[in-house]
Formats: sequence, structure tokens, C-alpha cells
Amino acid sequence: MKTEIKTKKTKSGLVAWIDDRFPLSSFITNHLREYYAPKNFNFWYYFGALALLTLVLQLITGLLLTMHYKPDAELAFGSVEYIMRDVSFGWLIRYMHSTGASLFFVVIYLHMFKALIYGSYKNPRELLWLFGVAIFLCLMGEAFFGYLLPWGQMSYWGAQVIVNLFSAIPFVGPDLSEWLRGDYLVSDATLNRFFAFHVIALPLALFGLVFLHLVALHEVGSNNPDGVEIKKNVDKKTNIPLDGIPFHPYYTVKDLIGVSVFLLVFALIVFYLPEMGGYFLEANNFIPADPLKTPAHIAPVWYFTPYYSILRAVPPILNSQFPGVAAMGLSVIAFAFLPWLDRSKVKSIRYKGNLFKRWIGLFVVSFLVLGYLGTVPSTVWGQFSNAIPLIGGVDKATVVARIFTITYFLFFVLMPYYSKKDKTKPVPSRVSY
Amino acid sequence: MKILIKLVFIITCVYSSFGYANEQLKLDKAPINLNDQASLQRGAKTFVNYCLNCHSANYMRYNRLKDIGLSDNLIKENLLFTAEKIGEPMKIAMTKKDAKDWFGANPPDLSVEVRARGADWVYSYLRGYYRDSSRPTGWNNTVYVKTAMPHILWKLQGDQKLNEEHHTLELIKPGTLSVKEYDTLIGDLVNYLTFMSEPSKLKRLHMGYYVLLFLGLLLVLTINLKKEFWKDIK
Amino acid sequence: MGNRLDDKIDKKKRSFLIAATTVTGVIGAGVITVPFLSSMTPSERAKAAGAPVEVDLSKIEAGAMITTEWRGQPVWIINRSQAMLDDLKKNDSDLSDPHLDVVSQQPSYCKNPTRSLKPNLLVLVGICTHLGCSPTAKLQTQGDMGENWNGGFFCPCHGSKFDLAGRVYKGSPAPINLVVPPHKYINENTLLIGEDNEG
Repeated sequence: MKTEIKTKKTKSGLVAWIDDRFPLSSFITNHLREYYAPKNFNFWYYFGALALLTLVLQLITGLLLTMHYKPDAELAFGSVEYIMRDVSFGWLIRYMHSTGASLFFVVIYLHMFKALIYGSYKNPRELLWLFGVAIFLCLMGEAFFGYLLPWGQMSYWGAQVIVNLFSAIPFVGPDLSEWLRGDYLVSDATLNRFFAFHVIALPLALFGLVFLHLVALHEVGSNNPDGVEIKKNVDKKTNIPLDGIPFHPYYTVKDLIGVSVFLLVFALIVFYLPEMGGYFLEANNFIPADPLKTPAHIAPVWYFTPYYSILRAVPPILNSQFPGVAAMGLSVIAFAFLPWLDRSKVKSIRYKGNLFKRWIGLFVVSFLVLGYLGTVPSTVWGQFSNAIPLIGGVDKATVVARIFTITYFLFFVLMPYYSKKDKTKPVPSRVSY
Repeated sequence: MKILIKLVFIITCVYSSFGYANEQLKLDKAPINLNDQASLQRGAKTFVNYCLNCHSANYMRYNRLKDIGLSDNLIKENLLFTAEKIGEPMKIAMTKKDAKDWFGANPPDLSVEVRARGADWVYSYLRGYYRDSSRPTGWNNTVYVKTAMPHILWKLQGDQKLNEEHHTLELIKPGTLSVKEYDTLIGDLVNYLTFMSEPSKLKRLHMGYYVLLFLGLLLVLTINLKKEFWKDIK
Repeated sequence: MGNRLDDKIDKKKRSFLIAATTVTGVIGAGVITVPFLSSMTPSERAKAAGAPVEVDLSKIEAGAMITTEWRGQPVWIINRSQAMLDDLKKNDSDLSDPHLDVVSQQPSYCKNPTRSLKPNLLVLVGICTHLGCSPTAKLQTQGDMGENWNGGFFCPCHGSKFDLAGRVYKGSPAPINLVVPPHKYINENTLLIGEDNEG
């Protein structure tokens, strides 16, 4: 008898029961159904959702890999091959994880580029941006620690080089890198702790930061390609932004297109190009780590190469590698200062002048050229003839890397100047759709 | 959009310049065909008979050979020399220390060698041996100069001599196989080594087709769904 | 809400698209969980380690037993003497399940008074059905097991007793008889544990 009465109201009854104890319905309302996003989002606005999707994919595949992987210098390489061969569908899970790592950076770089061209870091979104930069740093750490785990030659020597960078820090450097390794060279101890960082510490930090990033986003609301604050034009009766549309269903269905395209690209790589010509999985990493033999050419994975290029481009000063290391660190940290470097009156590149546009163009070119140069030996283009003064005998690629390192930094350093001087166009009060 | 075009352009440039390291070294194209089970089976036999004495394939289980069309019994009777059960991996009895004493280097495990070196490299390497009395083994190699591995297959290939001037190899004493037969033997062997370096590859290529088809359908649906909903927005 | 033009919405098309996308999405999510979950099943290595084990029987004397390993568990092979076989019937009244009513304890071809393919040769998984200890063999009659002991096994953990067909005595904490694993004879003197002719 009891159940018969209840059947009709079960669902709303359950929701009501939960709502009395947990803000389920109000959460859905506030953050999906009545979270108003600008209606003029374009292509660049897919990547936030895709980054979240990639994070979840990495978490799931990572969890499954952890069940079979052995963080032991003797066993690590073999356990990866074990996953590739003996574990049912292990190859699929491993390729998803390795492809996911690279695509995570593709997505994050495009997401950051969006913020750069539409001024999404500017007031009132400074904290949102800072959380984003923190996520980026964590992601770099996560990728670096994870890259050691297959324990191939590239893993090993990559870790060796990066950890040795810390030795360049004056006074504490050598002790610091020894402390990081837990040994005098990259060894079993290093592998074991990198594993711990990779599967526990950094994923936790990432999740925390992503949560903060989203909280900050929903507090200030999304920026848009016009850089117009939609909250300034609201319907007087309902207080709903005139240029806003509910995130759900409009952007959930739109993001589904992004998800489908992303998954298509993802599957294409996983099933047909898992090595991506040596960019996602390097050939040398199919040789087990050998502390006595360095491969002829070592380069970091593609997503680190712009910074690695900067490191190589800066010559040692006073017999110290530190300037190069510092430059590399700065090149990553520099993004955090953008909100205070950009003095432009407008947010979006649509209303910025040619001066700013040229600098952004120059920055993108610098980033890509540096990225390319980081994947090849500095001898790739040969040397300048000895007849040329100053640069005679120097690797051409090194000189090019130096020029682009300078432009990379000038983009940031000169920003307060050129962003103020830039002739901006008037911004409309409403978004263009 | 301009930036996107630039991006694509630069990425293409980067991509096409990959492989610079091998440019000075001309490698012959290995005849890889993972669908040719007869070739893979011949390669497996060559591998087990000639390679699997000094080189292990520790990550490859004998029963994986079923993927190239061999039955349990065929594997047991013809190929299972270094293990007792067909579920066991292709291990070898030689210890690392012995190997170091005998060859001055450890013969690498060959499970994933093709993924590290590339099929063309291995194919060219195994055909690139020539007589060189200055080497302890009496052999040198055009692809891997001063290789520590002796020319195991010399009776089959015969002796080659390096023409210093043109940097080409000349056959000075024919082996039991003709040049063409020897190339086929090595081709089959490298084909097998390629299979062994990623046994699930064919399955991967096959599955990908259906996954992409499915995702294509999902894309069509989501595009239409979005269009339908966005009719509301003016 | 966003339905600003409620009257113009093609509700049929919309709900069709929602349903189609949802169904496709759910199918996709379902399919991808197959490889994920299947990665947790025994791997090729586990399967190879758990592969059927061949045992040479020629060296087991009457009245003796050997222990081998299958899937990481001890497996006993006991070559029972005629006297031992004769004693089995005597135990029936003291056993919990003398007639082997619990089907899962042995393959159907071993559901017979001696619990074996060949009357003398008993194959048992040497794991107590109580909490997984491995019982100690007490093959001889009497001795430290008391006057009425007809030979069998004694679990040191909680005192379960089994007879020489692996059947549990009344009053033991073990609920059911010791398990007979699937097995078959390849030839007169070779036993294969872990595989039988029933598939």
C-alpha cells in the first residue's frame, strides 16, 4: 500500500529529500540553468570544457595504469610493456594516457591563447587568471613527473637534465637537486617519488585549483570575444543580462560539438598515430634507461620545448648556468603578471590597435619558433661563417633562438608601454552576435 | 583566423623537418606488411633460430604467435626452444655478464627494438655487414659502424666488401642464398620484429575504424542538436 | 529560461535529437567502459602462470602424497592404498556431507564415493574451506589424531578435520568439503590439473 502512494512522487520526493540536506537543485540552477554566459562565444571558448574533459580522461586512464605499473627501476620499463601486451586493452589505455597528456597541453595552450587575445585576464578576472596559471604550472609538473615513469632513455635523461637545472641555483642548487633526486643520480628513489607526485600530490592540487578556477569564473562570469561585461546590461525586471543565455542547455549542447570533434581527433591519434612521428612517444623511449649512455640527441617533449629553447639560448654568465635557468623560469611565470602589464583600455583584440596585434603576432611566432628549435639540436642549421664579426662560428639556430627569446620577453616587458600607447577602437555597449 | 593559418603553416614546417638525423644515412625501405601472415611466420622462424640465442624478447610470449596464424601445437613443436610452456616469454639462458664477456656489449632485448630504431634501420643494418679485418669480429657495418654483433647470417648472405670510394657494398663471395633470397629472409625477419614490437597494432588499426565511425555519428547528432537549440537565440 | 520563442519550437524534432544524442552518448560511454573494466581481468601473464599444470604420477607410492602448485594454490595428489579406500565408508556417519550434495566442491565426474577419476588417485586443492589455511596431512590412522582417526587432513588454524576423500567431519568450522579442481589424465602417468574434457 505504501509503495503505491509513493510511486508517483518518488523522483521529486528524492530530489526534495536531497535538497533539504544538500543544495542539489539550487546548484544546478545557479551554475547551469541560470548561469548566464555571453551568447557570442566562438571557437576559442571550447577549450575550457575540453580541458576538464581531458583531466577526467587522464584520471580514469591513469588510475587503470596505476593498477599495473611498477615504480621500480628494475621493473618499470617492463611493466609498461606488460601493459602494452599482457593487460587486456592495456595498449588502448596507455595510448589514451600518453595522447591525453599531449592533447592536454594543446587544449591548455589554446585556452590560454584565448585569454590572451580577448583580455580575459583583465579586471575583474585577475584571480581567475592566476588560478589558471597555477593550474598550468601544476600541469607542467604533472607532465614532467609522469614522463619519467616509462623509464626509457628519454625519460631518464630528460629527468636528469631538468633536475640538474636546479643545481644552477646559487648556493643551495647542488644540495637541492640531490634532495629532489634522493640520490646522486636519477635512480630508483627518484622514480619512486616522482610516481608519488604524479599519482597523488599533483592530481590533488590540480583538482583543488580547477575547483577554485571554476568558483572564480562563476563569481565574475565569463568574458567574451568582445570583452564587453554582459552584467552591465541587464533586463530591469528580471535582472538577467540582455546578452546572456543560460549555460544549460545552450552551451552544454554547443560544448558537445566540441567534445565530439575533440574525441575524433583524440581517437584518430590513439588509433592511428599514437607516436605522432616521435613527438608524443619518442623512439628513444623504447630503449630502457641506461645511466651510462646518453642518447645522441635529447629533447624534452614538445610542450616544454619553447622554455627549453630559452634555457639553451641564454649563454652562461660568469661561468654560471643560472641566468639560463632563471630565464626559463621567468618565461613561464611571466604569464602571471599579464593582468598588471596590460594597461589597455579595452580587453578584446577586436578593439585593440595594430600595435598590440603586432606584438601578439610576434609573441606567437616567437613561441612557435622557440618550440620548434627546442626539438632539434642547436646545430640543425649549421654555423655562421667565421668571417662575420661577433656571431662567426656560432650555431645559426642559437642566434635565432636568442632573437626570439628577446622578443618573447619584450612582449611582456614592453606591454605596459605599448598597451597604453596603442590606438584602441571604441567598444560597443552590447556584444556583437 | 590568420593566426590559425600561420599556426598550421609552422606546424607543417616543423613536422616536415623531422627526421633530420637520418638524412645523411640512406636507409632502405623495409617491406613491412603485418597482414602477410606467411611472411610473419617465416620471420618468426628465422628469429627463433638465429636471434633468440643471444637476444631475448622478454616481453613477447610464445602464445602471442597465435596472432600470426600459428597453432598451439605448431608453436610447441617448431618454435618453443627456450621455454617449456607456450605462455612463457621468449627468454634466453645467457646471462648479462656472460654476454659482456663474450661480445663486449649486452645484446639488447629485441621486444621493442623496431620501435626504438625503426624497421628501415634494422632492415638496412642486417644487410649492411661487410668484411673488416680491423674489427675483433672480422665484420663491420655501414649502418651501425663498429657494431659489436658478429654477422650471424654470413653463411646465408656471403661476404660483402665496402667500396670506400662510393661507399657501397659489393658481394665478393656469394652465400647459400641469392641476394634476392637473402633480402626476402631479412624482410620477413624485420616484418616479424615489427609485429613483435607492437602485437596489438592490427587490432588497434581495426578498432579505430569503428570508433571514428561512431564518433562521426555523434558529431552529426550534436551539430544538429546544437542548431536546433540555438534557433532560440536571436 | 531560454525558451523565448516557445510557440515556434519544433518540440518533436528537439526531443528526437535529445533522445538520439543521449542514446548514442550512453552507448559510447558504455562501450568505453568495456576495455576499462576488462583491463582488470587476469592478464596474459596471470593466465600463463595459472595455466594447467602437468604432473608426473609415476613416482607417487601407494599411501603417499605430493603437493604441486596451480594458480598459486597448493594442489595435493594422494595415491590412496586399498586399505585407505576401504576405510572411507567408515567415516560416512561422522561427516557433514558424506554424499557430496554441495555441487561446487567437485566436478561432476568426481561426484563418486572416492571423489576421483581413478579410485586411488585423489586430487584436492589444499585450502581449507573455512578461512583459507592449508591443512596438514595426517594420512596415517590414529597417531596424534586419536583412536578413531582413519587418516585425513587437519587444519591447524581452527581445527577443521577432513577424511581421505577431503570430506569435512561434523563439528568442524569448515562448512563444506575440500575442493577437487578440474583435472584429466593425458596418459596413464600424466595428470593435467586445471583443464578437463568438459570445457
